[in-house]
Amino acid sequence: MTTTKTLAIEAANLTKSYGENEVLKGIDIAVPEGTIFSLLGPNGAGKTTTVNILSTLIPASGGQARVGGFDVAGQADSVRGAIGVTGQFAAVDGLLTGRENLRLMGRLNHLPKQEIRRRTEDLLERFDLVDAAKRPPATYSGGMKRRLDIAMCLMGDPKIIFLDEPTTGLDPRSRRTMWQIIRDLVKAGTTIFLTTQYLEEADELADRIAVLDGGRIVAEGTPEQLKRLIPGGHVGLRLHRADQVEHAARVLDAGSFDADQLTVQVPTDASVDSLRKILDTLDREGIEVDEFTVHTPDLDDVFLSLTGQAKADA
Amino acid sequence: MSTLAHTVSDTSTMLNRQLKHMLRYPSLTVMLVGMPVVFLLLFVYVFGGTIGDGLGGPTGGREAYLTYLTPGMLLMAIVAAVQGTAISVAMDMTEGIVDRFRTMKIARVSVLTGHVIASVLQSFLCMAVLLAVAVAIGFRPEATPLGWLGLVGVLALISFGLTWLTVGMGMSAKSVEEASNTPMILMLLPFLGSAFVPTESMPTVIQYFADYQPFTPFIEVVRALLFDNPVEGADLILTAAWSIGLALLGYTISKKKFNKR
Repeated sequence: MTTTKTLAIEAANLTKSYGENEVLKGIDIAVPEGTIFSLLGPNGAGKTTTVNILSTLIPASGGQARVGGFDVAGQADSVRGAIGVTGQFAAVDGLLTGRENLRLMGRLNHLPKQEIRRRTEDLLERFDLVDAAKRPPATYSGGMKRRLDIAMCLMGDPKIIFLDEPTTGLDPRSRRTMWQIIRDLVKAGTTIFLTTQYLEEADELADRIAVLDGGRIVAEGTPEQLKRLIPGGHVGLRLHRADQVEHAARVLDAGSFDADQLTVQVPTDASVDSLRKILDTLDREGIEVDEFTVHTPDLDDVFLSLTGQAKADA
Repeated sequence: MSTLAHTVSDTSTMLNRQLKHMLRYPSLTVMLVGMPVVFLLLFVYVFGGTIGDGLGGPTGGREAYLTYLTPGMLLMAIVAAVQGTAISVAMDMTEGIVDRFRTMKIARVSVLTGHVIASVLQSFLCMAVLLAVAVAIGFRPEATPLGWLGLVGVLALISFGLTWLTVGMGMSAKSVEEASNTPMILMLLPFLGSAFVPTESMPTVIQYFADYQPFTPFIEVVRALLFDNPVEGADLILTAAWSIGLALLGYTISKKKFNKR
């Protein structure tokens, strides 16, 4: 990687084990300032462990890590001053109201009183929580809780934000809102370290993605680079006439076909260009199609191809 | 701001948070305040007549027992209050927000000191209510103004020690249920001391234990101050030593657990 940008987060050969159980087996991470880095992996891959180490919650067993230019082991307090963390489970005080939660963060960031008031009202407005400000988070929806959670994170104006699975369990609308929030943060110059189980999410947001599996980074690159590694995308066709199946499979370069089910599978990167080519071919050859589905690669495909093993145990 | 100023400011923020919790979730406080009062009424009105006669004083009966019992019940009030401390600490540690605190540049100990100060205040609430009920049913303390001042100081020191101890219990507990059980042992200690009957009336083995466990000097110092009697130097030293020792023990355990989790 040739970048002249300063690194906001860097880790070298980071390991973590609990007794015999090796959770992280030596990972390297480099995140330039002002970018979104996504750590993608299934449950148990070590994503949260990585976030916990980088955010000074737990010590690493080996290796070095620097966040915001500070060593996570030796300068934990300086790291804490530079970061904001939003964990997998909303880290809000259930007995305080939304507004009180924000003011609590303001006081713990040692901001002047007026600044606390200003930022609190500003964040309530920005995250659409004004109506809920007087109620405790116990009465909030999942999406509202996450929004309050991130707002609390922003009270201290952190340069680097760790988001551990920020959209897990959210409905599609709340997920979109969260994505917009994350994009806005990066526009303002914040560095984001995002973990997710969803390839789609990493694809939408991240500048770089690292795929974590079994405590190792098995692939790293831009979303485009990664997708080229993943052959999981295909177009599924169900034809009208059985006698056209074999012919269609031949002209489309199909990966597989089933003459009984009348189905043909064509590998593709799902780009508009490649889809147009398929449609053109179908047209030209006069093949009648009942059903046309585009299957984009998902996490299963990533793992099948990158680790060479089905995650049967997940 | 200096480190000390941060610690003070963070502690007051955390105290504020705890006090709000107490107000929003008052049922725990009500239970903690109510328990020693129920004990007082039970012991005075159910057992008091008989035990009072057995004390061997000039008057005997219920009134004599109320006079004997109240100092020990003040300690029971502290014990009741600190049961709640272990529970609320353990509950707090299950909350995601504590992990957030741990990733923030704050005085880490303030999370614990917030609990401690709130709990000491709760102890005083428990003791004030208990004393008011005792006075209402005929208890007549004879302390001088200076004696009251000394009493507040001694009770603050004792509740400080016991609170840190139960914070340590709450931090060590693997679940909230466990945290509500471990401090129960403290409920037993006033019984095995001079709270309910003089230790001389006990069998030798128990008497030996009673004379050397922390609650007996605690209770005797409080008793002496309440009735303007001279405080025995040994009891005062033991009270201070136990309180500070328990506080240090609880503090060490809590800090270790908090940083390790």
